[in-house]
Amino acid sequence: MLPGIIAKFDKTIDLMFRFLSGFGAYWLLLGKVFARPEKHSIYYRQTMKELISLGLRSIGITVIISFFMGAVITLQTAYNTENPIYPTYLIGLGCRDSIILEFSSTIVALILAGKVGSNIASEIGTMRVTEQIDALELMGVNSASYLIMPKVIATLVFNPFLTLISIVVGIMGGWIAGTSAGVITTQDFVYGIQYAFIPYYITYSLIKTLFFAFIITTVSAYQGYYVEGGSLEVGRASTKAVVYSSVTILLFNVILTQLLLS
Amino acid sequence: MIRAENITKSFAGRKVLNNISATFEPGQTNLIIGKSGSGKTVFLKCIVGLLEIDEGNIWYGDTLFSKLDFTGKKEIRKEMGMLFQGSALFDSMTVEENVRFPLDIFTGMSDEEKLERVNFCLERVNIINSNTLFPAELSGGMKKRVAIARAIALKPRYLFCDEPNSGLDPKTSIVIDELIKEITVELNMTTIVNTHDMNSVMENGEKIIFIEEGEKCWEGCKTEILRSDCKILNDFVFANSLAKQLKASSLEE
Ligand SMILES: Nc1ncnc2c1ncn2[C@@H]1O[C@H](COP(=O)(O)OP(=O)(O)OP(=O)(O)O)[C@@H](O)[C@H]1O
Ligand SMILES: [Mg+2]
Repeated sequence: MLPGIIAKFDKTIDLMFRFLSGFGAYWLLLGKVFARPEKHSIYYRQTMKELISLGLRSIGITVIISFFMGAVITLQTAYNTENPIYPTYLIGLGCRDSIILEFSSTIVALILAGKVGSNIASEIGTMRVTEQIDALELMGVNSASYLIMPKVIATLVFNPFLTLISIVVGIMGGWIAGTSAGVITTQDFVYGIQYAFIPYYITYSLIKTLFFAFIITTVSAYQGYYVEGGSLEVGRASTKAVVYSSVTILLFNVILTQLLLS
Repeated sequence: MIRAENITKSFAGRKVLNNISATFEPGQTNLIIGKSGSGKTVFLKCIVGLLEIDEGNIWYGDTLFSKLDFTGKKEIRKEMGMLFQGSALFDSMTVEENVRFPLDIFTGMSDEEKLERVNFCLERVNIINSNTLFPAELSGGMKKRVAIARAIALKPRYLFCDEPNSGLDPKTSIVIDELIKEITVELNMTTIVNTHDMNSVMENGEKIIFIEEGEKCWEGCKTEILRSDCKILNDFVFANSLAKQLKASSLEE
């Protein structure tokens, strides 16, 4: 029995060790990423490229998801508050607050973790296994900074816009669904979304978005940057990128909510 | 001149390079030969500093390269060009952008000057009218040649080629060998080439280092290789029957 316990203990220690060394490697990588860039023109060009590939190309999915989620949130709120005591404009208010507080920041971030995160990890991972990162290093380029910093900047700049777009489209989705299902009139809905509006909620949502954008890009880039092996490992890294960044987002969602709203 | 002293390198406890020393002179093509998995690529990557060595020193001229930090290495890397075994072209860039990249990083040339240099290098390796193609649209041999063009774009003082003619037809392979030889003399470069192509060994081998299982077994030049009595080397070099006959006849002479 004792050897069994020791073996288990060993495994736990090993796991903890791996977690801690991974955590340390992540921070070391960040240190490399944010070293001072030498040739600004090249970084500028890269950042523009990333703004398009990580930012603009995410608008479509954000719009589609926000529209339908806004619609569903409104209908759900309507059917769950079918009681004459509640004034119907509360449906608009509920829709607005759910979208601003949780949906447009957290859920959109989780979806972007799937799209952008796997994209980043597989791109960087492929560059690692095909020696492109070695080629960069050999040319004296700080590969971590060159590959990752433009992505971080691009998402930090662009994701707040995605969040704002998501809020607007989500509320529109709610309005269209609510009125066409006949659960609320346009007048009530508009009154509802203006009722007791707290502008700070938007700030809160945007602050969360910034944190999440940083988490998605850096966690995914970390997974890709340290891939060893071949295409199989790249695939695994991209799955890990999605899982780890999603879990980290959920964790930070709790922490940030406590810090920002309490 | 590049000097490797007592290089030892292990991966997860497995020794891949064992106490290898070698000197590579400028103006000549230095070859590292050995069978697949013998440690050629690892040795080359240790020399250029892409892999950390466990023991030993690497000198570039009078500079102890292996002990330099990133910034210190960068100074020497400005003068390095390398062709990787898998070409390692940047997927997201066109042929032209790939070859221009080192110029963008290290030089303050104008766009016209860069384009001129890019086209010159591409012509050198026989790649014409392909500037706007992406690596995915090239054949394996074309990728290799573009990668060579990228490696020589900066007129390096040190050129490293990991199997420059694997996957090429015999004719292109000779063109590449000659190109490497020519520019080596022209720019008085220190060139190190990994190969197991016996054609290029007999063509270019001014200095040959033979590695077996991570150890240096033999060192010499192409004329000496025919007369060597190192058993492992002979097994490697004269693997096919044609080569065996060649050896027999050269010994008779
Ligand atoms: N990153 C690594 N991790 C672990 N082992 C490695 C690594 N890179 C190379 N090796 C091992 O080192 C040995 C030498 O590999 P290397 O790539 O240098 O061979 P090579 O001589 O270049 O062969 P080839 O002619 O096929 O390219 C191999 O046994 C390989 O398994
Ligand atoms: Mg090799």
